[in-house]
Amino acid sequence: MIRPDAPVLLDIRDLQARVEDKAILKGVNLTVRAGEIHAVMGRNGSGKSTLSKVLAGHPAYTVTGGSVSYRGENLLELDPEQRARIGVFLGFQYPVEIPGVSNLEFLRVATNARRAERGQEELDTFAFEDLVHERLKVVQMDPAFLDRSVNEGFSGGEKKRNEILQMALLEPLVAILDETDSGLDIDALRIVAGGVNQLANADNATLLITHYQRLLDAITPDYVHVMAAGRILRTGGKELALELEQRGYDWVDEELAAREVDR
Amino acid sequence: MSSPQAVGDLVSQPYKYGFVTDIETEKIAKGLSEDVVRLISSKKEEPDFLLQFRLRAYRQWLQMREPDWAALGYPPIDYQDIIYYAAPKQQAKKASLDEVDPKLLETFDKLGIPLSEQKRLSNVAVDAVFDSVSIATTYKEKLAEHGVIFCSISEAVKEHPELIERYLGTVVASNDNYFAALNSAVFSDGSFVFIPKGVECPMELSTYFRINSGDTGQFERTLIVAEEGASVSYLEGCTAPMFDTNQLHAAVVELVALDDAAIKYSTVQNWYAGDEHGVGGIYNFVTKRGQCRGDRSKISWTQVETGSAITWKYPSCVLQGADSVGEFYSVALTNNRQQADTGTKMIHVGPRSRSTIVSKGISAGHSANSYRGLVQIGPKAVGARNYSQCDSMLIGDQAAANTYPYIRSQQPQASVEHEASTCRISEDQLFYLQSRGIGFEEAVSMMVSGFCRDVFNQLPMEFAAEADKLLALKLEGSVG
Repeated sequence: MIRPDAPVLLDIRDLQARVEDKAILKGVNLTVRAGEIHAVMGRNGSGKSTLSKVLAGHPAYTVTGGSVSYRGENLLELDPEQRARIGVFLGFQYPVEIPGVSNLEFLRVATNARRAERGQEELDTFAFEDLVHERLKVVQMDPAFLDRSVNEGFSGGEKKRNEILQMALLEPLVAILDETDSGLDIDALRIVAGGVNQLANADNATLLITHYQRLLDAITPDYVHVMAAGRILRTGGKELALELEQRGYDWVDEELAAREVDR
Repeated sequence: MSSPQAVGDLVSQPYKYGFVTDIETEKIAKGLSEDVVRLISSKKEEPDFLLQFRLRAYRQWLQMREPDWAALGYPPIDYQDIIYYAAPKQQAKKASLDEVDPKLLETFDKLGIPLSEQKRLSNVAVDAVFDSVSIATTYKEKLAEHGVIFCSISEAVKEHPELIERYLGTVVASNDNYFAALNSAVFSDGSFVFIPKGVECPMELSTYFRINSGDTGQFERTLIVAEEGASVSYLEGCTAPMFDTNQLHAAVVELVALDDAAIKYSTVQNWYAGDEHGVGGIYNFVTKRGQCRGDRSKISWTQVETGSAITWKYPSCVLQGADSVGEFYSVALTNNRQQADTGTKMIHVGPRSRSTIVSKGISAGHSANSYRGLVQIGPKAVGARNYSQCDSMLIGDQAAANTYPYIRSQQPQASVEHEASTCRISEDQLFYLQSRGIGFEEAVSMMVSGFCRDVFNQLPMEFAAEADKLLALKLEGSVG
């Protein structure tokens, strides 16, 4: 929901970043206020995924210019774990498996790290089990998943639901979901979208990185941004997503070319 | 790694046991000869049978060649450049701990092993060995009330020579291997444990080995005997100062379990491992073997090896008794330039004997970590069963892990199962945990703990937590 006087949670100004020696982000500008849902769409290679990783602090990416402030604080100078603790959440496109580390234990440690940051009491094993069983309902996951190693042997859909479960436990203020819908069948998509909608409220914001319009049928965005060549090319409402669906991305190339000419 | 700064910030914690105690030590000249062997025996006032034991071993050693089949590399050891006897200059072992040189007590205090009456651990009896000489043994009287003998080998030789004569060298023969022969000739001290029939030892027993001198070799000898129906849990801990030369530690441990007896032997080894360039560090060449002589007897080895420049040891079980059980649980961690060639031998002789092997190797830095194991099933071991699981974890991309499992079976009605796996700590896994608010060190620790859980669960409770922390400490700065 758009409220012009809602607090700014994320303010990205002219963000530039590279991976190894390749420049990927070439000046991204984006402002996200509390209560909003933003969709970032674009072709492969447009920089959408890079944006999400840079915001989360992935070590493989180097910021070469611009700034990102989170609730007024410089986000870029914080370690990934600190960013997570203060409420920035990245839902991975390909959540990695971590054999030997129990899912339950991992969720408990992560939850407590966030709680500690917010000045809340840390939960012991029993209290946490109660909490997690309640949150499992958000993603309709079987408690049996808690006893397994993190993401080990999970199907694509189960991994994505595990991501949303983490969101439900960590209660981030800015949730960046990187192609959360990729690899999901209709039912899994419905559950994931349902979870995201349930968790969205007036105080937090969601950034959906997506390729396809169909996720946006289930989660209504307030803003849709089209990314190309490391920049946001155009911003619109949810109709923009429908337009992309119908027209495809070719017009983007034309627009990019036009802009080059203007220079 | 999170960032180059984070790597720098994670200062490799200095080996906190690296200090040297300034104390007067009596040492003999370097070099080994029959005269040196006689000198050692006379300094310890040993009976003739033991002198002969040493001399026989020494002569055997002269005929033997140092083995070179292990996946280890090290410069040749000059056996004449080692001092074979060093002892802190205090006379006889003190009747009361108050008479022990305070500097020695302070040393053990600093190591977290307080010996004085007020501060000692209440449920663990400790034999403190400083430079291969036993300094003090706590709770001796209390244990004696149960008939349990727990003292240094040197003392046992004087007070229970018949037991020493009966059991010493019967599990590991002097000529078993090069280092066992050397040890049998020049061993200085170690622990002796004897649990009489039917007694469940009322306390954990522990020996703490502290090396202090830089140019001496360390040749401890430990002997544990559990008579029929007896049981004991024993823990061995070890640390050494940081010298930039290598020191040889060639120990021998013998365990004997009679009918229905059980011996649990745990080791947390944290010898100085050398610096990050591989300079200095202990050579840990050890022969450890247990004989399940009796029916339904059980011997369990649990080891956490985190130190030493080189670790070369195969704690083994000879399963002679019918229905006897042998177990080996091991975590071997190597970092920087450490090398390890370690594993176990389970020799099944008796029918329905069972063995379990769980080995976890963690290789980081530029280290090399090898598991070498033998499961041997003899013709009489009808119904014998073995289960082996060898897992390797690689940290970073410069470390190496190898597995050399040997299976020899002469009994068609026996079952042998072997599983192996390899995994890595990847940057992606670390980032995943960090992106959930889990700090870098805790993330590495979680992954390593998960990997080692099966083994740590076997350690006595107090030491399981220590082992977790020790591993986390040893791995600092190793990822990325």
